Amino acid sequence: MSIRWRKRAGIALALLAGAAIPYVAPPVYVNLASEILIFGLLAMSIDLLLGYTGLVPLGHAAIFGVAAYVVAYLNARMGLSHTVAIPAGILGALIVSGVFGLLAVRTAGLYFMLITLAEGMLVWGLAYRWTSVTGSENGIGGITRPEFLILPWQFYYAVLVLFAVCAWMLHRIAHSPFGLTLRGIRDNEARMPMLGYNVTLHKFLAFLISGGFAGIAGAAYALYNRFVSPATVEFARSAEGVLMVILGGSGTLIGALLGSGLILLTRNVISLYTDRWLIVMGTLFVLVILFMPDGLLRGLERGVHRLRVAVSHLRFLGSLLRPIRSPTTAKEPAGEVPVPTRHETP
Amino acid sequence: MQGRADVAVLVLDQVSRDFGGLRAVDRVSLQVARGERRAIIGPNGAGKTTLFNLITGELAVTSGRVFLFGQDVTALPTQRRAALGLGRTYQITRIFPTFTVRENVLLAAMGLQPIKFALHRPLLSNGPIWRRTDEVLERVGLTHRAETPARALSHGEQRQLELAIALAGDPRLLLLDEPGAGLSPVERQLLYALIQSLPRTLTVILIEHDMDLALGLADRVTCLHYGRVIAEDTPDCISKNEMVQQIYLGSG
Repeated sequence: MSIRWRKRAGIALALLAGAAIPYVAPPVYVNLASEILIFGLLAMSIDLLLGYTGLVPLGHAAIFGVAAYVVAYLNARMGLSHTVAIPAGILGALIVSGVFGLLAVRTAGLYFMLITLAEGMLVWGLAYRWTSVTGSENGIGGITRPEFLILPWQFYYAVLVLFAVCAWMLHRIAHSPFGLTLRGIRDNEARMPMLGYNVTLHKFLAFLISGGFAGIAGAAYALYNRFVSPATVEFARSAEGVLMVILGGSGTLIGALLGSGLILLTRNVISLYTDRWLIVMGTLFVLVILFMPDGLLRGLERGVHRLRVAVSHLRFLGSLLRPIRSPTTAKEPAGEVPVPTRHETP
Repeated sequence: MQGRADVAVLVLDQVSRDFGGLRAVDRVSLQVARGERRAIIGPNGAGKTTLFNLITGELAVTSGRVFLFGQDVTALPTQRRAALGLGRTYQITRIFPTFTVRENVLLAAMGLQPIKFALHRPLLSNGPIWRRTDEVLERVGLTHRAETPARALSHGEQRQLELAIALAGDPRLLLLDEPGAGLSPVERQLLYALIQSLPRTLTVILIEHDMDLALGLADRVTCLHYGRVIAEDTPDCISKNEMVQQIYLGSG
């Protein structure tokens, strides 16, 4: 019960901190925070496949991008309202992930990666070549925002709510009976059919759900950036999404937000000071992988745990220095000290 | 044969399986009646596990037909056969290592239930799936380990869990592939007592190397050698069978 309340307190605190950003940060950083949340959502949708189902998708930016392109086309080119364009964008992402999923989910491991990579390249190729619709390299600009979302802080709060709702939904899905079947596929796919599971169907549904959330992120991105181009759907974006998940900690969902924050902050902040920000980012990645091989979230949790253990050890040592009243009282704190074992790494 | 087909839980009709040029299972015909305890014995490489894989559909037959509960399932995928009431354990433990023991059994218990597609609600501890899980854990004696990660179990406990996973879906026909593999003699006795205590409504087919155990448990014994059925009889007769003795004593 206390762990549950501690978790709830943590979530409330994180939401409060998130809500405070527009009060303390200049508009540029408020926008950056919006971007971190949007790509955090994309990375979370990837985590449903990567961390829970054991499939690494390398084309998710394409699904994300299809939603962004549909919103851009309907809104900027055809002048349709957001109430049409946004659902249509998400629907577009769902349709594309349905088709891509059908092709990809019969495979696993490396083959799944390669097929999703190819699918992503397909969308990128279309974005480049289907000039009459996508505007090729020029992209589609002039996307409008609803009147009440024009200012950075307005848009940021909308994205914050969107992110929180989607994160809650993804969390529910990951911990539902269906989520358990996905983890079963990740752990031991070969055993699943004998238990009555149609593995292909479960993978397909996971792909579809993941694609839907990537689509939501993509639609939000179109409004955020007000411009989409082939760079939105390119492979580097897909790979970056996977990297965010791995950096933050796969199979945690919320770790994806940390990954997104780390990558986008380093890119946007460090590039202010040096052109060689890629070197800094690369070094950061190496450090994270070296010292927190299961990601930032679990790494930080472990750090806090170690700190606690260290503090309790110091207390114990301190108690030894105190004048001994009786042998039993001097030893008493030992019972409360967590045993200084190394934390298990799986 | 047709007369018995509606009584028989499993009928194999001239089933064969080739691996390249090797015929691992060679025209095996078999009938197992409802409630029967059948042991399948034979030396290494006799095709026992391959035969199980053909029954479950994890391998396709090269020729022949497989009937489960009177239905031709030769073309059905594994999960459809499981849905008919088929369960199995594996010779090499196939559990879900990062799951807790309870999650392992929960996952197995909901494999045939529509709740496996539920997205919005967690598994409730007072639901039927949860009760079934408790029941199965109790039966195999893992209740006290329910919250332990499966990978932290001892080998013996993992074998118990393996059996629990197979039982959770409430099968009518259970295939046990060397359930005692790698166990100490004492652990093995306990496991066999457990198998012995399974209700007679459940048909059990068992692969076992240990002749004494196999013969003690089974109503009938089938002996495989080089993919062929060379003998099928009651335990008493099979232990006196000359061909079986030759194979097992190494003079053949």
